[in-house]
Amino acid sequence: MIESWIIGTLSRTLAYGTPLLLGTLGEIYSERSGVLNLGIEGMMSIGAVSAFATAFLTGNPWLGMLVAGLAGGFASLLHGLVSITLRANQVVSGLALTMLGLGLSGLFGKGFEGKPLQSTIPNISIPILQDIPYLGEILFNNQNPVIYFAIVLTPILSFILYHTSIGITIRSVGENPAAADSTGINVWLVRYLCVLTGGVLSGLAGGYLSIVYRPAWTQGMTAGMGWLIIALTIFSSWSPVRGLLGAFFFGALIHLSFRLQPWVSPGLLKMMPYGSAIIALVILSLGKLNRKAGAPNALQQPYIRGEK
Amino acid sequence: MRDKLPFEIKKRQNPSGLGVITVSFFALLGAFLVASIVFWAYGVNPIQAYIVLFSGAFGGIYEISETVRRAIPLMLAGVGLVVAFRAKFWNIGAEGQLLLGATAATWVALFSPFPDFLLIPGMFFFGFLGGALWGLVPAILKSKLGINDVITTLMMNYIAINLILFLVQGPWKGKHQWGFPYTDKFPESAQLGTIAGTNVHWITLIVGIISAVLIYFFINKTTPGFEIRVLGSSPSAGRFAGMSYVKTSLLVMAISGGLAGLAGVGEVAGIHHMLRNPSELSLGYGYTAIIVAWLARENPIAVIMTSLFFGAILAGGDTIKISLGLPFQITDVFSGLILFFLIGSEILMGYKIRWSPNND
Repeated sequence: MIESWIIGTLSRTLAYGTPLLLGTLGEIYSERSGVLNLGIEGMMSIGAVSAFATAFLTGNPWLGMLVAGLAGGFASLLHGLVSITLRANQVVSGLALTMLGLGLSGLFGKGFEGKPLQSTIPNISIPILQDIPYLGEILFNNQNPVIYFAIVLTPILSFILYHTSIGITIRSVGENPAAADSTGINVWLVRYLCVLTGGVLSGLAGGYLSIVYRPAWTQGMTAGMGWLIIALTIFSSWSPVRGLLGAFFFGALIHLSFRLQPWVSPGLLKMMPYGSAIIALVILSLGKLNRKAGAPNALQQPYIRGEK
Repeated sequence: MRDKLPFEIKKRQNPSGLGVITVSFFALLGAFLVASIVFWAYGVNPIQAYIVLFSGAFGGIYEISETVRRAIPLMLAGVGLVVAFRAKFWNIGAEGQLLLGATAATWVALFSPFPDFLLIPGMFFFGFLGGALWGLVPAILKSKLGINDVITTLMMNYIAINLILFLVQGPWKGKHQWGFPYTDKFPESAQLGTIAGTNVHWITLIVGIISAVLIYFFINKTTPGFEIRVLGSSPSAGRFAGMSYVKTSLLVMAISGGLAGLAGVGEVAGIHHMLRNPSELSLGYGYTAIIVAWLARENPIAVIMTSLFFGAILAGGDTIKISLGLPFQITDVFSGLILFFLIGSEILMGYKIRWSPNND
């Protein structure tokens, strides 16, 4: 009884952690290039509504995911334009993106509210692997392909960041844009592409919410996940693999905040992920892991050629 | 190449007041133009939408009063945010601080042993305290441990929302509310008076205007205000001069959170007369106040004007919802666009454009 409860919880943790993971991976890339994007909540929302609308109208959930990625990417370019090209404050620009994204998705999602999605992305079980005791049941039995996509993406993005010239380019732009510029790197282009990556992944995270996680669209369904992702990015020390661990840890907390509701007040339970995020940051900073453990040096600094 | 252009672009040190107003005006105009595209895409004639918006905000005495009553929380929270932003403290948590002020006021109204005549002063006092405490947590975490203020203030918002949900569904759930998640109604002596025929709880309005003036003098004419400005523009210079970053951060966030808390007091004591679901309580005032403070260019007196401006958008947005059937989220679209245009145009303020056709 207890055993199956634990296995069930762990297995569902993957489903709850996946949107956090997708968003965190994207934000890590954006911030590694020096651009903080607080617009995740807005981009996820836009992704969620456009995915749902597409899947609802065409009956094709995969097309919905594709549109979600495109919509998220498009939205992120707005942040790029304002914070990279116009060199405006990244914090405020991100907030503006969140407001605009929540507003637009509420506006254009109104007609889809409460409608059921006929065709969603079906869960799959992986033969042979699903028979492994415990692990098979948790990881390989009746899970969604998007979850595997996010998990497989993690080591790939980690490898690119740490072991390829693309990764070195991105990190150097985030650490010292002037030096990167002097070696012939196009700082603006790199930043735009990283912000775009973040936008596409946030859009996908939103699409996952409205197509897989809860096949429906409701206003406010992102429910602060976008902000948790910002915290997770710090918590991960800007490393994709640690981002994965953090995302699933918080996925578990979110899942538990639903699962424990028969016993504890939902209000108290729903405080848990947000409170834990603060506690996690306190532990991280008390751990003397260096206050800015891994923060890109030029984070939040617009790049102006010829000025230090 | 540059010589061929009929104008010169020069860098300037301090943008002039007139320049700031001109650029802000065009930024707002730009935001409204883009918003017309949104209206049009939604199948609503933009001109009609703006007429409805305007008449909903200024069309008559009642409409104006609705604008003013929405400006009240924006003014209080906005003035508080000016203090925080002056010190470069990213307080994105006015929403949560407002809600804590509302919670503390509710405690005074329903559960405290205060005599009747002390209820209203007590609500304002404890409301300020509640908001201040909610603001102090991120201040301590940032100044002592270097923890990112954006994240903590935001997380505190969600904790506040769920705290209220917990209270109104659980221990504070009203006995006379037919099972709805509300507290009981406040006693008469804990309700703020309104100007006859309107929802304007004038006491909070006066508190808001006085706060704006006091904060103006506090920032510009007092020693702690001077320290806030110095530490905000150059923390290292401030520290070198012996100023305490920790002390200033705590002071700034106590004021900022406290004023947002007062905004919450006004909402529960002046409008709702009970604590209820946060989304019905606040309409995102704490977030809109960020733009209110930004548009005021960190000038507390200007916040009085900018809060009225956004009060008008919220009141007009309500009318648009009712008469054109657009969701209320249209106001978020306005907020986002206005903020984008404001900060996007800031780069123009750093430069001077001079018409000089003969400079070749």
